[in-house]
Amino acid sequence: MTPLPGASPEMLEQLVADCRRLADRAAERVGGRVHLMEVCGTHSHAIARAGIRDLLGDAVRLVSGPGCPVCVTDAGQIDLCLDLAERPHTILATFGDMVRVPGSRGSLAEVRARGGRVKVVYSPLEALAAAQQAPDSEVVMVGVGFETTAPTIACLVREADRLGLRNLSLLSAHKTVPPALRALLAAEEVSLHGFLCPGHVSVVIGSNAYRSIANDYRTPCVVAGFEPADILLAIRMLLQQVAEGEAKVENAYRRAVAPEGNRHAVEAMYSVFAVGEASWRGIGVIPKSGLRLRDEWSAFDAMARFALTAPEVQDHPACHCGEVLRGARLPAECPAFGRACTPARPLGPCMVSSEGACAAEHRYRAA
Amino acid sequence: MCLAVPGRVESIEESTAVVDVGGATVRVRLDLCPDATTGEWVLVHAGFALERVDEEYARETLALFAEMDALKAGLGEETP
Repeated sequence: MTPLPGASPEMLEQLVADCRRLADRAAERVGGRVHLMEVCGTHSHAIARAGIRDLLGDAVRLVSGPGCPVCVTDAGQIDLCLDLAERPHTILATFGDMVRVPGSRGSLAEVRARGGRVKVVYSPLEALAAAQQAPDSEVVMVGVGFETTAPTIACLVREADRLGLRNLSLLSAHKTVPPALRALLAAEEVSLHGFLCPGHVSVVIGSNAYRSIANDYRTPCVVAGFEPADILLAIRMLLQQVAEGEAKVENAYRRAVAPEGNRHAVEAMYSVFAVGEASWRGIGVIPKSGLRLRDEWSAFDAMARFALTAPEVQDHPACHCGEVLRGARLPAECPAFGRACTPARPLGPCMVSSEGACAAEHRYRAA
Repeated sequence: MCLAVPGRVESIEESTAVVDVGGATVRVRLDLCPDATTGEWVLVHAGFALERVDEEYARETLALFAEMDALKAGLGEETP
């Protein structure tokens, strides 16, 4: 086991012991293994790094969900990015995670190697600077990310408008987390007994955003931070609820997450974006789970500016990322994991992104 | 992707803050967190301050543990 940083070893030992004891009670309550789902790439990574899955024992099955924004980006959207990056006088600005994700005909890294202009940005405002520096080129920002990131992209669009920039546009593949959780529960493919809710999405939307999920589906939701102790504490809270037959929202990341979230960020996001349907890789179309530019911001919509239509694309037949993203399979339960599919030669997005469940598992499993 | 790192606000000029993130100095926009003040800790994501955070991470964790113990006592759980 990897040593857990953060809290004192005694505390962590106590937490693990609590979790194991509660897990037995919870398993008895549900009549089988307790299925908990984390919905955050950073959690996937932290859980694999600290070896938390092994610490919990057999009574708990801790699965990953659709928590990595790059992983749930439909391959058709990736193809649109490839198309844009191949066009002359066009610069595609993107977060780095997207560069190696395969579409149906390669990745942005390959397009870049062939001379396509792909600019990796850390902050969306770098796309603004790129547009100012290259007035004869079109700069397209790829908007990928959940509620954590969408407000920063909203600021980019507002700033571009304020500066009167006409050579910058946005390809929005933004998605929101709660509708995906509802869709997974409604599909009943996997019986889920609790959600470990994403800490930094929750900074924006607040812990209250999960109340209807807890109420409508009788499923406990606990917002978790990112230290091993934070995650174990949240798991403990979930197991306690399951053991007691409760279903409520709790917040184990109160140092950053308020019940109502960050209203400035939410206002920024919805001043620019309207809710629409979105296609999730591995899940399909989920109503009201996407963010598209509002009509008054349509001048910045890359789909309209370049007359684009997202193609329908099939994933690689040997890739089981869809099942991993729905919590139906752990990475190690994929026949391709570590064999046909490795970080150096990934078949699907979960092995590409550093936050993908498969990449996280692969990186730490032998440690 | 939703990674956000805590940093301490060193100075603020209009809507931009200079933030110390683990010894590195970064310029961070305050559009989403306009109430941040010098000396406070903020979570930094994609060049923006996303939220103010409690400075005492460890102390918070300790408090939660204490609360948990109180909760446990309140529920009268058996000890293993």
